[in-house]
Amino acid sequence: MSGGTSLYQAVILDHNRQPRNFRPLPAAASQAVAHNPLCGDTVEIGVVVRDGEVSEISFQGESCAVATASASLLTETLQGRGVPAALSLCDQYVAALAGTADPPELPDALRPLLTVRRFPGREQCAALPVQAIRAALRRFSGAD
Amino acid sequence: MSVVDPVNGRQVAALDVERIRRDFPILRREVHGKPLVYLDNGASAQRPEVVIEAEADCYRRYYANIHRGVHALSQESTSAFEAVRGKVKELLNAPSEREIVFTRGTTESINLVAQSHVRPMLKPGDEILITAMEHHSNIVPWQLLCDATGAKLVVVPFSDAGELSLEDVASRITARTRFISVMHVSNALGTINPVLEIVRLAREHGLTILLDGAQAAPHMPVDVQALDCDFYVFSAHKLYGPTGVGVLFGKYELLQAMPPWQGGGDMIRSVSFERTEFAEPPARFEAGTPNIAGVIGMGAAIDYFRALDPAAVFAHESALLRYAESELETVPGLRIIGNAAAKAGILSFVMEDAHPHDIGTILDADGVAIRAGHHCAQPVMQRYGVPATARASFAAYNTMAEVDALVASLHKVCDLFGR
Repeated sequence: MSGGTSLYQAVILDHNRQPRNFRPLPAAASQAVAHNPLCGDTVEIGVVVRDGEVSEISFQGESCAVATASASLLTETLQGRGVPAALSLCDQYVAALAGTADPPELPDALRPLLTVRRFPGREQCAALPVQAIRAALRRFSGAD
Repeated sequence: MSVVDPVNGRQVAALDVERIRRDFPILRREVHGKPLVYLDNGASAQRPEVVIEAEADCYRRYYANIHRGVHALSQESTSAFEAVRGKVKELLNAPSEREIVFTRGTTESINLVAQSHVRPMLKPGDEILITAMEHHSNIVPWQLLCDATGAKLVVVPFSDAGELSLEDVASRITARTRFISVMHVSNALGTINPVLEIVRLAREHGLTILLDGAQAAPHMPVDVQALDCDFYVFSAHKLYGPTGVGVLFGKYELLQAMPPWQGGGDMIRSVSFERTEFAEPPARFEAGTPNIAGVIGMGAAIDYFRALDPAAVFAHESALLRYAESELETVPGLRIIGNAAAKAGILSFVMEDAHPHDIGTILDADGVAIRAGHHCAQPVMQRYGVPATARASFAAYNTMAEVDALVASLHKVCDLFGR
């Protein structure tokens, strides 16, 4: 594949068609929403934390393939992680999307999304779910 | 060769599109190894060589500040700048050059009217009438005004097809209505609104009215005397001209009654700490050094557009729209948003399985530039229950072959995203 279609690798198309953890947010979850004012996209995240770990994470909303696949892969990746580790993974992911760093410890599952660096304006689509995840997790971090 | 002007049925000369394309240097470039297919004209059009040259020529040969120098360059700049008022007057068939105010664009023109014409007459409970299809620039200035004065914003709805009904407009005019502001052509739907009839309603109720011509003035003949509107506004950059330059046409007696909107140099007759006398319009509304070369560039753009013949441009873009609408029917799962009977060359659509952003990225790989987003018309998106649309919008230089490129690329989107 070349050009614009190279952004849409099989894994991204798959997670867009059948997003994992895409379901109504449980009432007990810490919820947060992120909007992209440029396109009107919305990603809502719900996180349940037990014993300091992400025990359940799901999302809802209306967004493009990149944001949807990003939310789907992120929720899969964050499942079972401790809150500080989950927040630090968010930081690594955003830095990798911006191209300012390529952290070796970034899970391979998220790497297909790094192709967005070659597409003008699209890294903010991949980063959209992170805003909501960070906001939903910060309530448990004790940092602020 | 001639074609029939869809507005009044008269014959107009067909555009020589291949010749026009040669006037636009940017159309020779490639994007991702493919010829550029520029279909984002609703956001901003490209510039012909004559416009680029007019701006550069000002800087190269005769640039100086205007309205104040006794030296040769200042006089040359001033006369080139002021000559553009005459060109705008001709473009809009305005009665007088004194009714042409230069601004930074449509947005500033609307804000100027809101602050200088409408604000002084508002009392709490008064109403400003707009429509549900307006661009944010014809919503937010009125909301700010309502917040400051206690006035109310009244919004006329539109139909599923994207059309306003005159009954809906008329029924929302009350004893408290003070002003009406309506877009001539919708940037998100392409609808050409019945502005002549809406102005007539305003007249019947003794109201003043603004028409937002941002998507109309670059695409069709506009006659402010025939329309009888009080204010008409547009931006140069959608009319093959520079960014940061726009126009406010206002009836002279209204402009004369309006207080200044910004204070500064160039808008005064005399200043002392006790009392400042303001200049007559249009200078009263042009505080500070304007975008001199930009205005001169707009003059060249207007000359270029008028030489093409606005009626011929409209006929050409209408033909492109009809062809594109029929070709888009071949794309599975594609739905056109905005099906008004009267439409300008704007084609908004959504696809069942692909988000507008993803459509935009795949088309970009084929060199096809469209807009994906809410087009600064979020209430319109909400009306149709979509977060965004993809939008192709046409200009004089677009071709049927470019419509074919758009459609071919949309089939690729289907192949990739179709279930």
